[in-house]
Amino acid sequence: MMKRKHRRLSFVALGILVLAAAAALILTAFEDNIVFFHSPTEIVEKFAKHELRPEQRLRIGGLVEEGSVSKTADGATTRFKVTDLNKSVVVEFRGLLPDLFREGQGIVAEGHYNNAIFTAREVLAKHDETYMPPEVAEALKKSGQWKPAEKKK
Amino acid sequence: MIVEIGHFALILSLFVAALQGTLPMVGAHRQNQSLMAIAAPAALIQFALIVGAFAALTYAFVTSDFSVMNVASNSHTAKPMLYKISGVWGNHEGSMLLWALILAAYGAAIAAFGNNLRPSLKVRVLGVQSLIATGVLAFILLTSNPFLRLDPAPVNGNGLNPLLQDPGLAFHPPLLYLGYVGLSITFSFAVAALIEGRVDAAWARWVRPWTLAAWCFLTAGIVLGSWWAYYELGWGGWWFWDPVENASFMPWLAATALLHSAIVSEKRDSLKSWTIFLAIIAFGLSLLGTFLVRSGVITSVHAFASDPTRGVFILLLLVITIGGAFALFAWRGPQLKGSGLFQPVSREGGLLLNNFLLTVAAASVLLGTLYPLFIDVLELGKVSVGAPYFESVFVPMMIPMIMVMGIAPFLKWKRGDFSSASAKLKFAALATIIGGLLTWALIDRASAFAAFGIALAIWLFAATLTELAGRIKLFQVPLADSLSRLFRQPRASWGMTLAHGGLAIAIAGITASSAWKVESIQVMKFGDQVNVAGYTYTLKSVNEFQGPNYKGTRGTFIVTKGDDFKLTLEPEKRVYTVRAMPTTEAAIHPTFLGDLYAVVGDKDEKSGGYITRLYFNPLVPWMWVGAMIMVLGAAVSLSDRRHRVGAPMKSKLVSGGAPAE
Repeated sequence: MMKRKHRRLSFVALGILVLAAAAALILTAFEDNIVFFHSPTEIVEKFAKHELRPEQRLRIGGLVEEGSVSKTADGATTRFKVTDLNKSVVVEFRGLLPDLFREGQGIVAEGHYNNAIFTAREVLAKHDETYMPPEVAEALKKSGQWKPAEKKK
Repeated sequence: MIVEIGHFALILSLFVAALQGTLPMVGAHRQNQSLMAIAAPAALIQFALIVGAFAALTYAFVTSDFSVMNVASNSHTAKPMLYKISGVWGNHEGSMLLWALILAAYGAAIAAFGNNLRPSLKVRVLGVQSLIATGVLAFILLTSNPFLRLDPAPVNGNGLNPLLQDPGLAFHPPLLYLGYVGLSITFSFAVAALIEGRVDAAWARWVRPWTLAAWCFLTAGIVLGSWWAYYELGWGGWWFWDPVENASFMPWLAATALLHSAIVSEKRDSLKSWTIFLAIIAFGLSLLGTFLVRSGVITSVHAFASDPTRGVFILLLLVITIGGAFALFAWRGPQLKGSGLFQPVSREGGLLLNNFLLTVAAASVLLGTLYPLFIDVLELGKVSVGAPYFESVFVPMMIPMIMVMGIAPFLKWKRGDFSSASAKLKFAALATIIGGLLTWALIDRASAFAAFGIALAIWLFAATLTELAGRIKLFQVPLADSLSRLFRQPRASWGMTLAHGGLAIAIAGITASSAWKVESIQVMKFGDQVNVAGYTYTLKSVNEFQGPNYKGTRGTFIVTKGDDFKLTLEPEKRVYTVRAMPTTEAAIHPTFLGDLYAVVGDKDEKSGGYITRLYFNPLVPWMWVGAMIMVLGAAVSLSDRRHRVGAPMKSKLVSGGAPAE
């Protein structure tokens, strides 16, 4: 039978062990899986200056440029431009776009930027048609094109 | 007129709540019987008033009274009746009213059925509960009043967000709220116990059924939401580690931990301050979830347009409630010494370890969910933390937990014996190893990871069955005796067997659907065939049709496999006329081994074909069935006589095996 002090010590040791393992897990996972958001202007400029690399996973957000949506030859890939009304970036996405995807709508896409094309793994539009993703609002503010949306009630 | 009565009732309820939160507390402190006597009737009156307010709002929705702003912006005459009613809570204001209603309902239940509680404890629980209600009601009346009028009234309303016009989502919020808000009761019990400086077995006996009820609703709510996302969003996935999903998952993890630590507090008079701590954390995470959803601070598919002042108010409420509780905990917690000592290898030890793993897992989810917010506030850029983070952190923490889940029920209270437990588990271990190896060898594309996941599911399932077999002495006494023992098992034990077994089935489903999902995206013309996981899909036609309040496009797929398997899948795309907003309705055919899942997309103008997305989602039905069994387990356990809302006098009946020391 262990002494009370030893028993408590073994609980504490086990607790510290779990916490340390969890901390190690979290730190490695953070290193690999945090995705930074960039506006179209930032993407164009930072790639020109080689501050970002093609293998980095990125998020881009902005408005789908009017008249820019088209299908490529395989029919299942959609190509469109995302703009912050200053610069725009060509995005390609293979698959079904979210229901709320349409021209003029604010969207966020996640993927890689290479050879002037942003290949998206995921395209997010929102549940609610009056909602503007904060990132998109941010991108528009940065490019000086932000007009506070008329409040819809 | 009815709307004004409802509004008035709501204002009145705020005053009743404020009175109930203060006077009886003072009374309990001074042992003033007449002040203490206010609490119970006040709780019932408060509940009745909020019921009145809620009924008035429902009336406005059902009769499409568009002079009420909330109805005008969220309803429409052309909407089916079910969605007129679910529209009451399908918006911010109404959902907060539902929150308050459930909060008051739990308080009223304590007032009505808590006669055998110690009077001072009962009064304090009702007091704390009512202080929370005061905050929530003030929030509703000051920032989100559902009864505001609109002049002139519009001819028709804006309609409900079409994504919410779905039977699954009609009941998702009420279930989730019953869970979230159910944790308020355990929180009130925890705070009341801290004020009294006393936690005994009777206290824990009260806390357990309430936690169990909240857990049951929370689980059902989360599963319903996940199921909805699965068939409605058309991505073939069921969990996205989205901030709002995490917001409901964190309280679930904390509630699961609380459920188990309350057992130790009740039966062994131990882990008391840990149980109190968890009760505070669990409700804190519920409030945080409400804050995340309602403030729109985080980018999420669930984020609805929202108003920053509301976010600040909820944050304030969160800080006061949880900060106050923790201050009280720091002050009074050290007095709560348990008497039950135990060795590291014991059932308490196993429960404690899993409690710890669940809490750390909840913390890691919390960190990932809030990290983008911290970075944003510190102006270090905009980041997002995606599913890969959560998977690589959360899954490894669950592995030891599931292993321990298999062993802990075999350990004795106080001082367990590892070798006798492992002797009983040798068949389970054998089944696990064989099952894992077979999976790895026989299934194409079986990664070691997937085989390990399946092995874990087998381990938990086999260990759970072994534990049941041991309890009914299967093969040790004649079979008939074992059977009669089986039927005499207490329902609380059945609860454990079902919940753990259900989790095992769900783990198999989760592993298989993430490891062996088959996805195929292409443009199909009529008559085109595509093969997905051995099933041949032929696109037969795409037709337009008119729904009650939407225009639809319906694709018809003929699915065949071999000669004798043939069925039709009809996915739809709908455009709801009022908001001109499209939605996807996936067509799903569940089979024992997986779901056949089809989605039809837009027409490709060039080729004249349609974009289609076809999936085979292996074992996804297992996940839903497993989760349902877990909910069933909680319900069965809740119906156990010993859980019947706090029955201290029946305790003689109960604790035969484990008298409190």
